[in-house]
Amino acid sequence: MSEQSPLTKEEVIHVAGLARLELTDDEVTTFTAQLGSILNHAADISSLDLEGLVPMAHPFDLENILRPDVPTASLDREELLAGAPSVESGRFKVGRILGEAP
Amino acid sequence: MTTAHDVAAQVRSGHTTAREVLEQSFAAIAERNQELNAFLYLDHDGARAAATAVDDVVAAGQDPGPLAGVPIGIKDNLAMRGIPTTCGSKILDGWKPPYTATVVERLLAAGAVPVGKTNLDEFAMGSSTENSAFGPSRNPHDVTKVPGGSSGGSAVAVAAGFVPVSLGSDTGGSIRQPAAFCGLVGYKPSYGHVSRYGLVAFSSSLDQVGPFTTTVADAALVTQVIGGHDPADSTSMPDGYDDLLAACGRGVAGLKVGLCRDLLDGADAEIIERVRQAAAVLEAAGAEIVDLSIPELRLGLSAYYLIAPAEASSNLARYDGVRFGLRVEREDVAAMNVATRTAGFGAEVKRRIMLGTYALSAGYYDAYYGQAQKTRRLITNALDAAYEKVDVLLGATTPTTAFGFGDKVADPMSMYLSDLFTIPTNLAGHGAMSVPFGNSASGMPIGVQILSPGRRDDRLFQVGAVLEAGVAK
Amino acid sequence: MSMAGYETIIGLEVHCELKTETKLFCGCRNAFGDEPNTNVCPVCVGLPGSLPVLNQKAVEFAIRIGLALNCEVKWSNFHRKNYFYPDMPKDFQISQYDLPLNEHGTIELPDGTVVGITRAHMEEDTGKSTHLGGSGRIHGADASLIDYNRSGVPLVEIVSEPDMRSGVQARAYVAELRAILVAVGATDGRMEEGSMRVDANVSVRKPGDPFGTRCEIKNLNSLRSLQRAIEYEALRQVDCIEAGERIVQETRHWDEAAGRTGSMRSKEEANDYRYFPEPDLVPLAPSAAWIEEIRSALPALPKARRQVLVGLIGNDDQATLDLIATVVDRDLDALVVEAASAGAPAQLAVTRAANELNAEGVLPSAKSFATTCQMEASGALSATQAKAVLAALSETPDADPKAIAASLGFEQLSEDTLSTTVDEVISANGDEWARFAGGDDKLAQFFIGKVMAATKGKANGKAVISLLNERRSG
Ligand SMILES: [Mg+2]
Ligand SMILES: [Zn+2]
Repeated sequence: MSEQSPLTKEEVIHVAGLARLELTDDEVTTFTAQLGSILNHAADISSLDLEGLVPMAHPFDLENILRPDVPTASLDREELLAGAPSVESGRFKVGRILGEAP
Repeated sequence: MTTAHDVAAQVRSGHTTAREVLEQSFAAIAERNQELNAFLYLDHDGARAAATAVDDVVAAGQDPGPLAGVPIGIKDNLAMRGIPTTCGSKILDGWKPPYTATVVERLLAAGAVPVGKTNLDEFAMGSSTENSAFGPSRNPHDVTKVPGGSSGGSAVAVAAGFVPVSLGSDTGGSIRQPAAFCGLVGYKPSYGHVSRYGLVAFSSSLDQVGPFTTTVADAALVTQVIGGHDPADSTSMPDGYDDLLAACGRGVAGLKVGLCRDLLDGADAEIIERVRQAAAVLEAAGAEIVDLSIPELRLGLSAYYLIAPAEASSNLARYDGVRFGLRVEREDVAAMNVATRTAGFGAEVKRRIMLGTYALSAGYYDAYYGQAQKTRRLITNALDAAYEKVDVLLGATTPTTAFGFGDKVADPMSMYLSDLFTIPTNLAGHGAMSVPFGNSASGMPIGVQILSPGRRDDRLFQVGAVLEAGVAK
Repeated sequence: MSMAGYETIIGLEVHCELKTETKLFCGCRNAFGDEPNTNVCPVCVGLPGSLPVLNQKAVEFAIRIGLALNCEVKWSNFHRKNYFYPDMPKDFQISQYDLPLNEHGTIELPDGTVVGITRAHMEEDTGKSTHLGGSGRIHGADASLIDYNRSGVPLVEIVSEPDMRSGVQARAYVAELRAILVAVGATDGRMEEGSMRVDANVSVRKPGDPFGTRCEIKNLNSLRSLQRAIEYEALRQVDCIEAGERIVQETRHWDEAAGRTGSMRSKEEANDYRYFPEPDLVPLAPSAAWIEEIRSALPALPKARRQVLVGLIGNDDQATLDLIATVVDRDLDALVVEAASAGAPAQLAVTRAANELNAEGVLPSAKSFATTCQMEASGALSATQAKAVLAALSETPDADPKAIAASLGFEQLSEDTLSTTVDEVISANGDEWARFAGGDDKLAQFFIGKVMAATKGKANGKAVISLLNERRSG
């Protein structure tokens, strides 16, 4: 890929951290080039003047889809926990949590 | 194998039994699945129980439903309680959901018999099924070629005659492109017509479940079963839409068909030629053909490859090793998350998670994600404007016929370009259908694509049925 | 340590659990204290393929809160707040971002201070972790167990403007906010059970200076710790500044036992939540008609209810205001108003309600309560006897207080008997009487005690005093 990449290796490493992925050095190089190529392609829209267009989050303009406050059946706990990597005393077990929720 | 219509008619009338049909299906699968890798998992016991239940209903003189005894392949990103659901990923290997997707519930209620789970690109990200962690599926028309993707296994299952019908999901063309590559009818319903509850999300605002069939009427039959409002999906349209089966017989007299340059330019010459022939068939049937251009459609690829990865990066965060699926143990949770995701996801999934995370991250949101959302509006507005002049659009489904294994793996951008013609309808949330229309000189199937305005999918069936009849002549 | 020359700037974020039957986005029960992972489904455990659907009742509660806080209720939508954490099953929280349901409100504190409400938005709660090994706290634990029963419980997060200037004022704000939220029926307001959780943003500055760097304090689960934590933190920051150090913007944890705040993170980690519109939900755009329907059904708010009692008593000294606040806070004001209209003296009814009635237990009927107050006011019951009668009414709320008084042996002493007893007590304690007669008023209590003892507590204290004074002046 000869074009200039719009993002750096450092950014790729930072983004991998946000996404909880670990990349090898080779992967960092490959991803930097590949993501760069995709972002370069996206230059066709980043250069557009789209002032005044409402960003489109949904295909159709539905609003106020609400559900009555009526209880429904919960899952069988044993069936749910059967799919978990580790459980103890009816709960999902994980290792040490470093730091509180942000 | 025959059509879903025929199977259901024969089972309902007692000419055959659901169990017999099912065993034929299993026999066909046993013969060739090893080679084609269409099914990742076969639910022998569950399918036999479902078929037996249908036969019992028939024996009792009651109505077994419109899909009585029809064997169906289910893309492996749809949840079925107690049945492995992998999404083609190591990270979900071995996981059995404790619940069933709405569409599968509706199939069962209509007498259909889900036989197993079909192969796909990991988390539906891909256009060749080469991204499956469980090996690629092969195109039955030429096993050196890809079947397309991401719903490649579902396409192969029908094209190889394993089942008359399968379900796929289409986020950027993942039903229509493999349908074109494998010579099938592939239909992506308007967004919100078919429930997404139980469909493992790739890109929530684009994903839609739809059928692979051998006939347009079968696509209508299956969609009428799986479609319609689902209170478990907030994006499900509150009202249903027209009788699609009836639309199949309505003809196209007086219909205005826009032959869209931007859904042709860049396609192989023989594909363009087939689309022109299709237009001629429609004209002969009384439609008016209008040449037009919607240049904004070209922007779809960029918008799509920012929006879909952005949503995916968030949808795929939950694969963290805590509650289900793979865990690679480490002493602290954050390190475990990293080790699990790094080992569990394949390269394409990582690439898109990275791309989407980047597009949403501080400082880049407006330039990438925000701009893509506005482009999405621009494209939708352009399509709406075109539909002021014509009733449907006609073009190619894909720029090429099925390509060889490995041809596009090294350069993701070249793979993404194979979705160029299918992406705009997902962005707009409209319905679209690929209908097989002859073969290339090398004998590979070619699909033509019909696009309709949102919620007017009935027109796809009008046009599709005429094309299907026209090509047969 | 001294705050001299500095002022404290406080803004509060209060997370309030809504009292719905089911969770925000699924039909699982919203219940506290059930067996772990029994109120869970694919949606609230974040299983692949699951989708959220918004609870109408939660929206109604959120709108009630917005209206009670004088907010504009607006077109809004939901966003995903992306971060990895094991108690967050989807590894994103569905919350509201730049388009919250309620914005631009106010709350008036009892002292007249008006605190601005920036926003009151809807979001989902997380699951709960239990830490194994170590101290049972997150730090030093070997492993954690996660229960998702709380995951997806509806929350309204109420963010104030930085309008408070002391720990006492912050405490008054939370107390008033809590009273409002409870009054509109949106929450049970139990801080100890975590149904109301407060985070405080605290900074200090010299008056007139721009705002200083703020720290956020978490884990404030009582009004007392809120006030203490803010006062500690403000002093800490002033000490830092006076020592020439820079305040680091950070999240700090309140350690109740040690009585101090501590830094929560070892490394400074910049958060990038990558907010974007939740594609699985559609916008929430309450119609004007719905908002008006909710507004017209809003109950009277605590401030108005306190005003009613002030009006009845005709007195607003601080002691009375405190009693009134207690009565309203415990939802006893309706009973007091009814008792007053049945003839009870309002001041006495408020005092007895604030001090004697158990809002959690059985309350006397308004008629019995009114009669008891009237008996006390007329001198038919002493204060001690009136309290005993009220206690007895908590067993039999509709009983006749006169019958209870009789059964407890609280028959009124005749004037003659009391008079005779007073004279007997005076002659038996000549020295003390001489001092009392000489003007030593403190001895009144001595004589009341003696008369009470002689009458086995049946005497009315006020009547005794007037007899003593008669004898002294006569
Ligand atoms: Mg919050
Ligand atoms: Zn739930």
